[in-house]
Amino acid sequence: MAISKEKILEDLKEKLSDNILDMTVQFGDDIIRIKKEALLDLVNFLKNDPYEFTMLLDLTCVDYMGEEERYEMVYHFFSLSHNLRLRFKTRLKENDFKIDSLTSIFRNANWLEREAYDMFGVHFSGHPYLRRLFMYDGFKGHPLRKDYPLRKQQPKIPLRK
Amino acid sequence: MKNKKDGKGGFITTTLNSMLGWGRKFSLFQYPFITACCGMEYMSVACAHYDLDRFGMGWTRFTPRQADMLLVVGTITHKEAPVLRTVYDQMTEPKWVVAFGACAVSGGIYDNYAVVQGIDRIIPVDVYIPGCPPRPETIINALIKLQEKIQKEGHEWRFQKKRS
Amino acid sequence: MKYRIQEEAREDTMLINMGPSHPAMHGTTRVMLELDGEKIINCELEMGYLHRGFEKICENKTYFNMLIYTDRMNYVSPLINNTGYVMTLEKMLGIEAPERAQYIRVILNEFSRVCDHLTALAAMCMECGAFTVFLYMMKAREYIWDLMEQTTGARMTTSFIRVGGVRSDFPSDWKKTTRIAIEETRKVLKDCHTLMSKNKIFLNRTRDVAVVSPEMAINYGWTGPCLRSTGVNYDVRKASPYLVYDQLEFEIPLGERGDNFDRYMVRMQEMEQSLRMVEQCVTKIPKSSATFHEMKKGMEPAEAIKASRTKKPEEKIKLSPNLEGAEKERYPGILAGKKYVVPPKDDTYTNIEGLINHFKFFMRGHGIRPPKGEVYFAVEGGSGELGYYIISDGTDKPYRLHLRAPCLHIVSALEEIVRGHFVADIIPTFGSMNMIGGELDR
Repeated sequence: MAISKEKILEDLKEKLSDNILDMTVQFGDDIIRIKKEALLDLVNFLKNDPYEFTMLLDLTCVDYMGEEERYEMVYHFFSLSHNLRLRFKTRLKENDFKIDSLTSIFRNANWLEREAYDMFGVHFSGHPYLRRLFMYDGFKGHPLRKDYPLRKQQPKIPLRK
Repeated sequence: MKNKKDGKGGFITTTLNSMLGWGRKFSLFQYPFITACCGMEYMSVACAHYDLDRFGMGWTRFTPRQADMLLVVGTITHKEAPVLRTVYDQMTEPKWVVAFGACAVSGGIYDNYAVVQGIDRIIPVDVYIPGCPPRPETIINALIKLQEKIQKEGHEWRFQKKRS
Repeated sequence: MKYRIQEEAREDTMLINMGPSHPAMHGTTRVMLELDGEKIINCELEMGYLHRGFEKICENKTYFNMLIYTDRMNYVSPLINNTGYVMTLEKMLGIEAPERAQYIRVILNEFSRVCDHLTALAAMCMECGAFTVFLYMMKAREYIWDLMEQTTGARMTTSFIRVGGVRSDFPSDWKKTTRIAIEETRKVLKDCHTLMSKNKIFLNRTRDVAVVSPEMAINYGWTGPCLRSTGVNYDVRKASPYLVYDQLEFEIPLGERGDNFDRYMVRMQEMEQSLRMVEQCVTKIPKSSATFHEMKKGMEPAEAIKASRTKKPEEKIKLSPNLEGAEKERYPGILAGKKYVVPPKDDTYTNIEGLINHFKFFMRGHGIRPPKGEVYFAVEGGSGELGYYIISDGTDKPYRLHLRAPCLHIVSALEEIVRGHFVADIIPTFGSMNMIGGELDR
């Protein structure tokens, strides 16, 4: 059963009326900014019939250094049956750098969230095994933040047994 | 076997050394430590089109204990560096190291927090092969140079200090 | 810090490490297993041994400089990565490549995809013990790399696709080289089919091993040949066509069971479909806007610059052989637009507008400066949906570039699908997933 994109966005607005901050279109992509508490409700709503957004394409974080709400989490969801992509963004403050984990719903969120934790330091509550993915244990800092210099050399750590 | 110290040696010594050199250079057992894109060029130089077997290096030993040439192919990151060092230490003497590709020689195009800027910060290297990735002809040229080095290196092998 | 597998292990089981420098691990992943005899009870995969900081480098280099780094992500099919990056930028800038350039892009993309599948299957079969298949497939790959080298100048890391088109046109005898490449690849595929597809040993090792259901695959975010082997019909080339894929006729091979053998068969049949697409492109490609002319005749560039101080010289300029295919007459066919492309060398040497455009393209602070905003674009890579997410702040460097690597999602499922099987089953499973270290770890 085909649903148009406009109907999905309308239904979304109805369901999460005050948790949606705005909906824009940039270069042909739909972007929806939400509050961080609404994330799990939103995902559960979209996953079921008739919307069927059953695939989490991507999960990443962006650092806007200098702004008050420094970090922004970006989620891309995809619906195979309707061939639609949606992008959801939510802002996080630096001293409240936590968000709910999506591991219980999408299994690839496990590694994607570990990558976001490794590169930025965002903490996912409910993640079963939040541990660095790319860098080695003992690496200090989070490389993709804007205040981490590109060529910084780390102090030496003892050889792992 | 006198005259060992000044490197000249008598007739028997030099013949023995050159025979050892000849034997060693034409039967190199290689251990390709493959990480990244240069691995594709290594695969194509080892296969039928640009054959490495005709130089005696056909057998890829998949364990460092049985190998005497370590080919470091591809980028080495800080996470991988202890592994490389362990593999190098596990090899038995005599051993040679070839740095294959720009990333192994000097860090390549990656000058950042995660990449070791050249493997000669960790292990001693005999031959450097530049290129990103190097063409198969370059690789064969470098390996022939290594063979010439091995031929001349037959001297004083027993009294050579352990390199590390 | 202990690993999860160490904390969850029972007392009577054995913990084994298949280390980072393992031939069957394709170089850079570490698999830790908890074994009860030969059966795997628990498995943990550690990766990140090839993390080269691609996303951090992006924030310090201009859009044009970033092109070379994109080659080295999925290094077995570099032209597809290039195309994805450039098409994301084109989506932001709102320009479209000319038709001949689009056909050139499709031909090279499909050949890259064939190289990707050849390498993946060659490695998988070699690790199962079939060394001959590896040698045959590498031979086929050499013929394809011949065409790539004649066109782009490099065998592997090509950096050929540009914003607005491609860097240069095909050489004069490209149809012959393409025909030889297609014939040799078809011969090799036929040989490998007879060697592997009905081979009892191979079937025993791959049939009904590591079966993945469609729901599980979608939940894990699988795309590409691995998803199609479970039976789900999703291909970015058919679902949201880009370039000229909507004018070509091709089928999407689907699997039934989602086991290792299906992943192998889907890749073998996709290669045949790619070769079919290349043949169609060769007949459909629009003619070039110029004939092939001799590069050796003409004035030297230094003389031309001096002569053009008074008036534009009538003669042609003798360009370097490296620029063969990128002469001014070819430009409407291969590169479009004036703002975001390198002007042809004839213009750079003889008139002032060409010189200024050339200078502004390469200068720091100028060049490609997309408008502020963010965009996501996906192409069909060798392993699945390869997506680029670029945030631009109006300057000539990206603010953030994120690559949606298809391998990450596929390999993250390994820990679960290999439970209950034997140690020897990891090898074909991992091989059929086609893990490329550069893309997994970026």
